[in-house]
Formats: sequence, structure tokens, C-alpha cells
Amino acid sequence: MNDVPVSAPRRPVELTIDGGTVRVPEGSTILDACRQEGIDTPTLCWAENLTPVNVCRVCVVEVENSRVLVPSCSRWVEDGMVVSTDSEKVRTSRRMVYELLASSVDLDRADAEVHAWMEHYGADPGRMGDRADIATVEQPPKLQDDLYVRDYERCILCYKCVEACGEDAQFTFAIATAGRGFDAHISTEFDVSLPDSACVYCGNCIGVCPTGALVFKTEHDMREEGTWDEDAQSVTTTVCTFCGVGCNLELHVQDERIVKVTSPADHSVTNGHLCIKGRFGWQHAQS
Amino acid sequence: MPDLRFSEAEPSDAERLAVDGVVAELGAVVVVEGERLVYAGRARTAERRHLLLPALHAIQRTSGWISPGGLDYACRQLEVPPAEAYGVATFYHLFTHEPPEATDVVHVCDDIACRPPGALGLIDELRAAGHNVKASPCLGQCERGPAVLVQRTGDHDLTIAPGSVDGVAVAISGRTSAASVTLPQAGSPGLRLLARVGVVDPGSLDDYRANGGYRALDAAISMGPDRIIEEVSTSGLSGRGGAAFPTGVKWRGVADQQGRPRHVVCNADESEPGTFKDRVVMEGDPFSLVEAMTIAGIAVGAEQGWVYIRGEYPVATHRLRMAIDQARAAGLLGADVAGSGKRFDIDLRSGAGAYICGEETALFNSIEGFRGEPRNKPPFPTTHGLFGEPTAINNVETLLNVPAIMLDGGEAYRATGTDRSPGTRLFCLSGRVAHPGTYEHEFGITLRGVLDAAGGVVGADEPHAVLLGGAAGFFVRSEQLDLPLTLEDTRAAGVSLGSGVVMVFGEEDDMVDTVRRVAEFFRDESCGQCVPCRVGTVRQEEVLARLRDGATLDDEVELLDDLAAVMRDASICGLGQTASGAIRSALDLGLLEGAR
Repeated sequence: MNDVPVSAPRRPVELTIDGGTVRVPEGSTILDACRQEGIDTPTLCWAENLTPVNVCRVCVVEVENSRVLVPSCSRWVEDGMVVSTDSEKVRTSRRMVYELLASSVDLDRADAEVHAWMEHYGADPGRMGDRADIATVEQPPKLQDDLYVRDYERCILCYKCVEACGEDAQFTFAIATAGRGFDAHISTEFDVSLPDSACVYCGNCIGVCPTGALVFKTEHDMREEGTWDEDAQSVTTTVCTFCGVGCNLELHVQDERIVKVTSPADHSVTNGHLCIKGRFGWQHAQS
Repeated sequence: MPDLRFSEAEPSDAERLAVDGVVAELGAVVVVEGERLVYAGRARTAERRHLLLPALHAIQRTSGWISPGGLDYACRQLEVPPAEAYGVATFYHLFTHEPPEATDVVHVCDDIACRPPGALGLIDELRAAGHNVKASPCLGQCERGPAVLVQRTGDHDLTIAPGSVDGVAVAISGRTSAASVTLPQAGSPGLRLLARVGVVDPGSLDDYRANGGYRALDAAISMGPDRIIEEVSTSGLSGRGGAAFPTGVKWRGVADQQGRPRHVVCNADESEPGTFKDRVVMEGDPFSLVEAMTIAGIAVGAEQGWVYIRGEYPVATHRLRMAIDQARAAGLLGADVAGSGKRFDIDLRSGAGAYICGEETALFNSIEGFRGEPRNKPPFPTTHGLFGEPTAINNVETLLNVPAIMLDGGEAYRATGTDRSPGTRLFCLSGRVAHPGTYEHEFGITLRGVLDAAGGVVGADEPHAVLLGGAAGFFVRSEQLDLPLTLEDTRAAGVSLGSGVVMVFGEEDDMVDTVRRVAEFFRDESCGQCVPCRVGTVRQEEVLARLRDGATLDDEVELLDDLAAVMRDASICGLGQTASGAIRSALDLGLLEGAR
């Protein structure tokens, strides 16, 4: 993750996307190429600071001579590839992925772009049936400590938290996917509480969660009280003072109180990830 | 100890011994004091993480469940994070993570082949008799259902088929599985793959040799890798697992890799509902598979072979293990295979109840000690297979074709079957036919020919419906009886041979329930990784349940089509991609008209 890039200049690859010729460096993904061309592509499980797992399938595109759609986030470009990002097949699959997720998971607090894309593709989760009659992941939130809330009825199983807890950032491995099929879920061993698990409360799982399934306790409580108001929040960038590493912090402040702390995903020191001190060690500032 | 946090749970002495036994048998574990996963230690974990699945089997067998103490001990020995090991343990149907209710778990197949002969009634009877019963997906005994697998604590598992309350009691007290089946075609002169089944003693290497065994290996050794691959390419042999990829091309691809080590993997995770052909050969002629794998190893330059066999096959597993041990003792596996100067050995690994692990990349993950979740392709196994290393992975039946090609040459092989589908094919006949069982026919035989060879349809001239290729295949009706069962003809007809399943249904069978059970199968067996399959298979089953309960087809067909589209087009692997095929075909053929 923090490797210094010292590779030789990369050979350009030429491909066609939606009828236009595109040149990108070898080793780029189709998603990289789409973004370079300004072709908006939805993603859920992809993040710039995590290894692609390509499980959500919302970024699928059609590649000529491929029987099935391919995930643009993790397929490398090849010379002569012919890609369509807006074919009937692509639109149907993207719409269906959103309908399947929204019919089984509570997406109310998902990133705004999720809702924008759902509207774009005309997703209508209601046609899967009355929510009371169909399978959902509805369950009460887990409140086990003063820092985190895990509200798994909002979990789309994008694996981001598992990756951030494991090899992509923290190397703590406190959580993993357990169970199988529709019963697959994120869990500690034998579902022990977080304080009894390997969790070190770095908060990196919260940092990468796209649907509000993992949140700061502060945010959860304010949402329950009805006082959470992102429009009234300011974000101040500063540097963490706990040690000499130099992690950038973004302090989210509402009514002159810090309500959560993040770090920019493109910051060269943190890649968006922090430790417990940077993430939660700010209570003294408002005591 | 490395920088992992383990729990305080204590293992029992028996669990400690069980895990230590696995480590002693399958690989020494070196734990470096102070080793930190964060500094590339992760790569080194590959050396021992593959012991996790055998360790979980050992704990389950010892304690009747994966206890917190047992799991934690395995994690400490193998340096696996407990949360990940728990994720692996909960992936498999045959592992339980709650204390057992009884010493024995009686798994009863309630899948499509076993329902007509009374699986549901048997479940009630066994429960009434006091057994701890679990309904199970297909147990691969479809020619003699309803099938029962007794999973025992502290003892080996037992298969009883056809199952009955008395049969289960007798098997448990005698610690003996039902005898292997006799082949309906036994003794027929035209058999190649089945020629020795029921003829040789499956426990005797000498008897195997006396019946022509290991001549093909001698021939292959004198031919050398290039000629072996040439002959296999000439033969036109293609994969029998369902995808029909040319075997010669696959082997050439691995042999041409620079990377080492390389692997040969035999996919014996036969779990497609209605499929039992590989089991019949592994039980009746296990040495032939060992010999064929050895030839494959020499051909592609692999030193290590792996058999991944489904956990529900206790008899086949036992016989294959014995065959491997005898072959090794006789110098036919090991550092110098049959005096050739080449090293090749075989590890046998058991699955633990997961259809998805028959998908090749899921199978790799399962062996490696991870959840059996398929990987995205490309890269393909040829370059990035088991442990990310070059791998030739073949189905049991595919490999069984190889010895004859070595002995008679690729040209002779190519002369059988049809031009584009050379050779013979194993068919799994079950349901309403007079003589169910495994059959071997030359490619080109029609569906009618296959049914006639099995004594025809019971109680009717023609079948009401036939499921061709398994749950991942398609239903066909009598209009298709003259369809030649070749790769090219089935493809042109929009169906597939899949794993050779020919399951016959009569007028009396409840097709709406059968199709709903197919949907339930895919829901249960989805790994849960990608959205189209994880949620799509659930929604598909809900639609079929609504149809059963009175919903009209017109109201549901658009949703069913959209679900089929997203699963087929956007799923990661073949499970999701084929999860709607049989259901869609049933709909198109009017088999669900019974639904009001």
C-alpha cells in the first residue's frame, strides 16, 4: 500500500470505450480508463485505498467477445478491448444490483451517490415484494462500547471493513465474513463482542463503510436524537499531534463539537487510515 | 507468537491431539518467535494455512462441533486469525458451531432425485425414531435414494442408500456403509472408463495391475511430457466437468509456464444434484484415478497432485486414500515415480459440504484454508491456480480418459464418438427409469438411446420431463428424445450435458415443487460473495414459492427474467450464471402450468 512507485514508465494501451478511442497506461483497470475519459461509473465495494474485491458487481461493463459482463474495477485493460458502459445488458444488471440490495438492506444512510445512481437506472426495489414477505437482513444494531456502532441491517457485504481491518491497512483481522449465501455476514469469531475480539478501535472499518452500517457512536447517537446535520458541519484539516508520523486529520465539527474524524484517502501518509489516537483521541479538546 | 490475538478458550486434550495429528501427518509447522504478519509474514502463512480445513475436520470429528477451544488451538498452531478461521468453519454445511444435540448427525438428502422415492417421509420417520436429522442437498447417491449420510463423532461417517430407519440403525451398530452399487452395464465389452468397476478389488494394487493397471503410466513415462500432451491434444479430449475445455490445451498451457512449483488438481467435488458417476469409479476403481493423475503430473511437470473430494463420500474417500498409500509404498508415487526419476505425490483433501467448492477457483481457496469463494477470472488457473501457482485442474472423469489415450494413442481415441465430441461419456441415470445407475456411452447416442439402455421409462412410454446436466442444466421434454448427446448438438439445442445427469420425471412427479427445490438449492449453495447471486437466488426462490402458493405466472415473469439476466450476466462464477437456466427452461416448456 505504501510502496514508493519506482517502476519503469508504463506502455500505453489503446482500447475503445463507448465508441471512442482511449489510451491509458498498461496496468490500468477499465474503471481507471472510464474515469480518465469522464465516463461516470457507479461503484460500491471499490475504494481507492483498498484492493478491489469486485463483489458488488455494480461497476460491470460489457466487453466484446466476453460471454458475461466484467467488473471494470478489477479488469485490466488490453489492447483492442471494445468496452460498452451503457448497453441494455449493463443497464439491466446495474439496476438489478441496486434493486436486490435495496430490497434486502436499509440504504437510507448510504452515500448520496448511491441514491443518485438508483434514480439514474430507475431502480424500483419495491417490485421484489412487500418487505414484510421477503428476506431482508433486518436486525437490531450492535452497541457494545463507547466508540462504535455496528448496524448490520445496513450492511451490503462489500468487504471493505474486512479489508481495512486486515491486509489493506490494519493487519488486526478482528472481523471476517462468516456464514454463507444470504446468511453471510461480518463477524468476529463466534460473534464475540468487539471489546472481546482482536479489535484495536482504529476506526478504519468505519472510515471505509459506504452505507452507514459502521458509524461513530457520536454519529449514531446524534442521528437517534435527530440532531445529526451534515449541512451544519464544517471540516477542518489538521495534523495529528499524538506522534511524529504526521497523519492528516479532518475534524468534522457541528455546533463547535467534534463529531467525527476522518483522513483523506489520497493522503500519502495515511491513505485514509488512522489509529485509535487520531480517530478517537479528541475528547479532551471539548472537555 | 506472532502479532495475532487469540481467545482464552481452552481446547480439550482430544482436540489438541486431533489438531496435532493433522499437523504431524500433513506438514510441519514452523512458528518464528515474534513473527509479524504485517511484514510479509502473510506470504509464509501459505505454508501452514492449508492445514486449516483438515484441522477443522479433525475438531469436528473429535468433538462433534467446532468448539471455541478447538478453533482457538488450531488458530494458534497454524497462525490463523480466529475471526477468519470462524469464517471458514461457518462456510461449510458439515461443520457445526454449536454444541451437538447427539453423537450422530443424520443427513437425509431431500433434493430433487430423493424426493420422489420418499425423502420427506424418511426425515419424519428418522426424527420420530429419535435421530438428530438434518435435511441435506444432493448426497450423490441418486440411483438409490433416498440417501442418508450419518456424520459420527469420534468415528468414520456412513452412507446408507436407500435409507430407512432400520438401515440406519444397522449401519450405525455395524459401523458399515451400504455396499457399492453394481453397474447395470457390468461386464459389457464396450466399457472403457467403467471397464474395471465391479471387476477388480478396489483395495488391491496387485489386482489392478493384473487387470491392465499401470501399463499406461509405463507408456507415458517412455513417451515423455511433450508426446503425452500431443497425444491428449490429438485425442480431442475435453473437460467433463461441464465447461468442455480441451484438455490438451490446458495441459500445454501449464507445461509452458516458467513458474514452479506446479500443481495437478483433481476435482472430485462432484456435488451437482443428480451426479454420482465419479463416486462410482472412485469406489470401484480408485487406482485408475491415481494412475491418471500421475500421468498428468509428468505431462505438465508438476510434483504435487491434490484430490479434492466432497466430504459426503466416506467410502470413495477411504478407498482413494488406501490406493494413494499403496501406490506410494510401491514406488508409484513419491520421489522417483516408477523409476522415472520424476517426483510426484498426491494429497487428498476432503470438502465439508459446499457445492460451490466444485468451482475450480473456489476449490483452490478451500484447499488453501480460505472460504470457498470463487476468484475473478482472469487470471486463469493455468498461470495463477492453487497457491497462485501454475495448475492443471481436471475433473475425475476427464482424467480417467487419459490412460486409454496413452495405451492406444490419440488417433484411436479420436475415432470413437463423434467428430467434435470424441470418446465416451458417463451418464448418471436416476428417477423414473427401470435401471438407474452410471452408464458409459459413446458420444452421439441419443437421449432416447440412453433411456432405452436403462430399461426405459417406468410406467410410461415417454418421460414427462428430463433434467439434463443437473441443477445447472436444463429440463427437456419428449420432443428432444432424438437429440444426440454430444457437445455440439446439445449446444445447438440450447441445453448442455453438464455433468452427465439424466434425471427422469413422470406425470406423477410434482414439477412445481421440483423446480422450487432447484431454486432452493442455489439459494443454499450460493457462497454469498457477489450481490447478483447472493440476493438473486433468494428472490428467485421467493418467486417460485409464490407461484406454488397461487400467484399467476404473468405477474412474476418479468421479475423472473430480470433476475435471470443479472445472475447470468453479472455473477462472478458459474453457480450464479447457471442458477436460472433449469428454472427458465421449465417455464418455457410449460412444466409449471400446474402452478395455478
